[in-house]
Amino acid sequence: MESTTQNLFELAVTINGTRYERKVEPRMLLSDFLRHELDLTGTHVGCEHGVCGACSVLMDGRPVRSCLMFAVQVNGHEIVTVEGLGTIDNLHPVQKSFQEAHGLQCGFCTPGILTTVVAFLETNPNPSDEEIREALSGNLCRCTGYQHIVDAVRLAAEKMKEK
Amino acid sequence: MKPAPFEYHAPTTVEQALSVLAEHGYDAKVLAGGQSLIPMMNFRLAQPAVLVDMNNIPDLAFIKAGDDGLRIGAMTRHYQVETSSIAAERAPLIHATMPKIAYPQVRTRGTFGGSISHADPAAELPTLTTALDGKFRLVSLRGERWIPASEFFLGLFTTSLEPDEILVEASIPPPPPHTGWSLQEVARRPHDFALVGVTAVLTLDANGRCENARLVFLSVGDRPMVAERAADLLKGQEITSEAIRAAAELASAEEIDPSSDIHATVDFRRHLANVLCQRAIEQAVQRAKENKE
Amino acid sequence: MEKKLIGKRIMRNEDPRLLTGQAQFVDDVNLPGMLHAAFLRSEYAHARLVRLDVSKARQHPGVVAVFTAEDMGKDWFPGPPLVSPPPTVEDVVFHSRRQVPLVKDKIRHAGEAVAVVIAENRYIAEDAAELIEAEYESLPVIMNIEKALEADSPLVHDDLDSNLAAQLSQKKGDYEVARKAADVVIRRRILIERGAAAAMENRGVVAQWDAKGQALTVWDTTQAPIPIRNGLASRLGLSESQVRVIAPYIGGGFGPKIMMFYPEEMLIPWLAMKLNRPVKWIEDRRENFYATTQERGQVHDVEIALTRDGKVLGLKDDFLHDTGAYDPYGLTIPINTQCHAMGGYDIKNFTSEFKVVFTNKIIVTPVRGAGRPQGIFVIERMMDAAAKELGIDPVELRKRNLIQPDAFPYEHGIIDQAFAPLILDSGNYPAVLQKTLDAIGYEKFIKDEQPRLRKEGKHVGIAVAPFIETTGIGPYEGARVTVEASGKVNVATGIGTQGQGHFTSFAQIVAEQVGVKVTDVRIVTGDTAEFHWGTGTFASRGAVVAGSAMHAASSMVRKKIFTLASKILETPEEELELEDGVVRIADMPQRSISLGELALLANPLRGAVEPGTEPGLESTAYYGPRYGPTAFGAHAMILEIDPDTMMVKIRRYVVTEDCGTVLNPLILEGQVHGGVSMGIGNSFYEQLHYDENGQLLNASFADYLLVGATEMPHIEVHHVETLSPLNELGAKGAGEAGAIPVPALFAQAVENALHDQSVEVMEMPLSPNRLFELAKS
Repeated sequence: MESTTQNLFELAVTINGTRYERKVEPRMLLSDFLRHELDLTGTHVGCEHGVCGACSVLMDGRPVRSCLMFAVQVNGHEIVTVEGLGTIDNLHPVQKSFQEAHGLQCGFCTPGILTTVVAFLETNPNPSDEEIREALSGNLCRCTGYQHIVDAVRLAAEKMKEK
Repeated sequence: MKPAPFEYHAPTTVEQALSVLAEHGYDAKVLAGGQSLIPMMNFRLAQPAVLVDMNNIPDLAFIKAGDDGLRIGAMTRHYQVETSSIAAERAPLIHATMPKIAYPQVRTRGTFGGSISHADPAAELPTLTTALDGKFRLVSLRGERWIPASEFFLGLFTTSLEPDEILVEASIPPPPPHTGWSLQEVARRPHDFALVGVTAVLTLDANGRCENARLVFLSVGDRPMVAERAADLLKGQEITSEAIRAAAELASAEEIDPSSDIHATVDFRRHLANVLCQRAIEQAVQRAKENKE
Repeated sequence: MEKKLIGKRIMRNEDPRLLTGQAQFVDDVNLPGMLHAAFLRSEYAHARLVRLDVSKARQHPGVVAVFTAEDMGKDWFPGPPLVSPPPTVEDVVFHSRRQVPLVKDKIRHAGEAVAVVIAENRYIAEDAAELIEAEYESLPVIMNIEKALEADSPLVHDDLDSNLAAQLSQKKGDYEVARKAADVVIRRRILIERGAAAAMENRGVVAQWDAKGQALTVWDTTQAPIPIRNGLASRLGLSESQVRVIAPYIGGGFGPKIMMFYPEEMLIPWLAMKLNRPVKWIEDRRENFYATTQERGQVHDVEIALTRDGKVLGLKDDFLHDTGAYDPYGLTIPINTQCHAMGGYDIKNFTSEFKVVFTNKIIVTPVRGAGRPQGIFVIERMMDAAAKELGIDPVELRKRNLIQPDAFPYEHGIIDQAFAPLILDSGNYPAVLQKTLDAIGYEKFIKDEQPRLRKEGKHVGIAVAPFIETTGIGPYEGARVTVEASGKVNVATGIGTQGQGHFTSFAQIVAEQVGVKVTDVRIVTGDTAEFHWGTGTFASRGAVVAGSAMHAASSMVRKKIFTLASKILETPEEELELEDGVVRIADMPQRSISLGELALLANPLRGAVEPGTEPGLESTAYYGPRYGPTAFGAHAMILEIDPDTMMVKIRRYVVTEDCGTVLNPLILEGQVHGGVSMGIGNSFYEQLHYDENGQLLNASFADYLLVGATEMPHIEVHHVETLSPLNELGAKGAGEAGAIPVPALFAQAVENALHDQSVEVMEMPLSPNRLFELAKS
């Protein structure tokens, strides 16, 4: 990766299966890159200091806080955001479960929770409620009190086992 | 809260990284996991002129078992240590502590070497590596050196790292037989920085007496606080509840230096240190008795 | 009419968009040529602004403009008052002081905006803000509300004699007589500390001025788009019809997003007109702690007078209320506190005087609960103190004092936050309390489990707290229901939505009447272009007030449907059925007409519209109650404490909620869960720490502790439905219920758990450290 004009770095990254090439300032946060450069506004910013988890996306399959990464750092990597999980007409089983269990209210923290949960269920397809709550420890929600979120994750685990 | 501008380097070898550090000295900051540095940069509490990104250098992430112990590369991510069976076997205290460190997303990026170099007295790894008598390999263009953990942490966010040095590896010696360990922490929420924490590592002799003890505290001083006199109280004797109480009393009264903040006062921290120290020693002794090999 | 949809656990209409990241929030708005704003905010809590030099900032590459108060000229003036003082009560003192768009001469709280930078992006705007040179003359800081009222205290507002912002007394019966007749009089001092709403989405404003079309569009994270529209039109010299305010999807409101007008709400639209380019400002989390309102600081001196067998004869509650640097929200919160200080108990003598005090802290406006938690905390703590003193079981004491089912409507004789008489419309308090007691197994726990656990050395406590919640107040809301040619229904209302499921619960109300599927009802909230009469979403009133308007409008549309269908099908209305979007003759179902066809016929291409009728299958209705219904609930909790570390674990949590007709149990439970999580936060985790210089020591999520999944217990929710006679739905509000009794519950449980340490809790919030200190002393 090289610096081209004046402080801009070339960046090539695959997001939700699509390859993007851009030039960015090194200090541009990944969260801002996704939301404002690429108009992938599904990933939300709640705190910008790495606590709330609303900005969580998957990098090479694992959840990361996109507000704690510079866009240039994902050069050559694969990112999955909430937009890559499913569509309105074709919801991912995790998304469907959240709707059925009422696992969201205002929906602001939800994309970060969905990506975290998708990765979690991949390594932990049979979680207990306690393990689910542990897995959610890095995601804050102010609306739901987490109970229906836990129900949704349990439901998603069941759905995905049936597949 | 957007970070201030900086000059960005993404070296692909350690030598390249070291050259940048040698050139810029104190103006340069090493970027490992970024989970501590980037929040500070977003708040503009840290405004490094130069950032050296270590994430593109291969071969700095590894977990190897050797005769001299467990070797962990500086860029090894927390989740890698968390899921490593080698670490579970060779350094169970470290392995068991991993899930307590921050949150899943932080453990994807956070690194072993980064956490140690950052030297937050409330973090677990500086205290654990000190309690386990670990040592660190530091490199610069001038050469390399090993330094024991007990000499590495100098103060609040301050280590013996020179501005042109990078920590590349940690080595944890194998525990002697009959060694037990425990980490006891109290935090407002399970994954927060602890209000107080203590690690106890105890080795028993063939008669069940304490052969060696290490008591190291976190969050009660500007660095891992080693309670040597309290540990000495335990050495050479049978570990009775009296002995445990005495050691915890001494450690919490005289060998730690807690401050007050919005989460806990000095008094409360000393009280917690006492309580947790007793629990840590009890659990370490229990484990030592179970580890017969 | 049999209810087919109301009361059903129906999945939400809005979820697919939210779940796939397709829902638009304010920061998702992206307009060509858009500029970004960043503020320079004062670090001083109390200071004169001596000098401001923005020249270096103006010259920074990428900066388009920098504005100060001076630069605004005659367009600089404070925001409007939101709530006037009560007109019908004697001896009211009220000094209205409102926030300003940018500081002109004096800073009154840390975080007040001093200058605004507009640049090509937020990064550059923040760089430039650092180049602004500001010189302040610091002044002594007023942090303590008691000290603030001392004669020699420095003044927050120099044009007043003191820091007294307001004073109000309310009386019922004669407390002095009650006191003399009492066997026992108990006095306590109760301290309650502030918390933030901390919605996951910070605030934001995007404004676009179309100079050619002379139209202003504003996207705002507001809970009240219509008052914002009206206020902006007035401030900017525009007609209301030239201003469109859109509250799109909002990431949580909880009260502070209704503050209006925030300085940024006044400034950003003005800037967009001035610069003739769209301007966006998105609050960051640190700003949120300084620039978004907070709540709860109060000091109470309370007295309760009882007979020996536990009948409460009277209550006296005098208190101070911290309003922060300004008081735009009037007396809403302290009046709410007064109205809830008697709880759901039959107390015939009551006196309460409160003083609202200015301090150099961030402005106080309602946060979920809005003064009610404080009132409930006061009465419940006094009941527990009385129970101990009298040697009566605390639950038994409460039972002896609850308002009985035959006492409704129960008039308290004092006024509520809407300046209407406080009348509790309906309820069955004993049944709700009993349901909670049964669900948590109170008797068995006290008799068997707790003694056993105590013998094992465990410190496990139980607590039960009943509470009332005034809801559904006026002034009014409206709704317009339209059947479209597609057969689907479009509904518009003036209030906004911040996650409480309006797109679904309202759709259920409408679909019930208009005979369509819930998914075929499109609800538009929060867009002044779609509906422009109304107030906003607050005070647990959305479902009751807007919902009632929806119900009325859809009932009228239902009538129109039957009337028209009867004409078309040449059959009397009583012989027709409406189901699944089709009107049929009951005995001849093959003769039918769809709603879409009816809608077309109702909008004639030829022929006249009869006088007294309107085209289309559409109706608009308003609902404006004189006073709102009062909900009731009872929470119970079993909590274990480690007395050595003072760490707690909630083992069980039970809620029984009586909010009348439940529109959608799934949504209601979610509201309760969320409220409880905020209540637990206010009890043990959330505390805003100010230092003596007025600086917030924990202005971030690292140190302002929100409750996470690992802290929350599983909550069992039970229902009792005592219908309200005040509206056709029989509904009462429930948005704030979860949060209201929790601090009182927590205090009770902690005392009960630490039974061997004689700890009395007369303050909120608690923390392990505080419990350690209380146990020591």
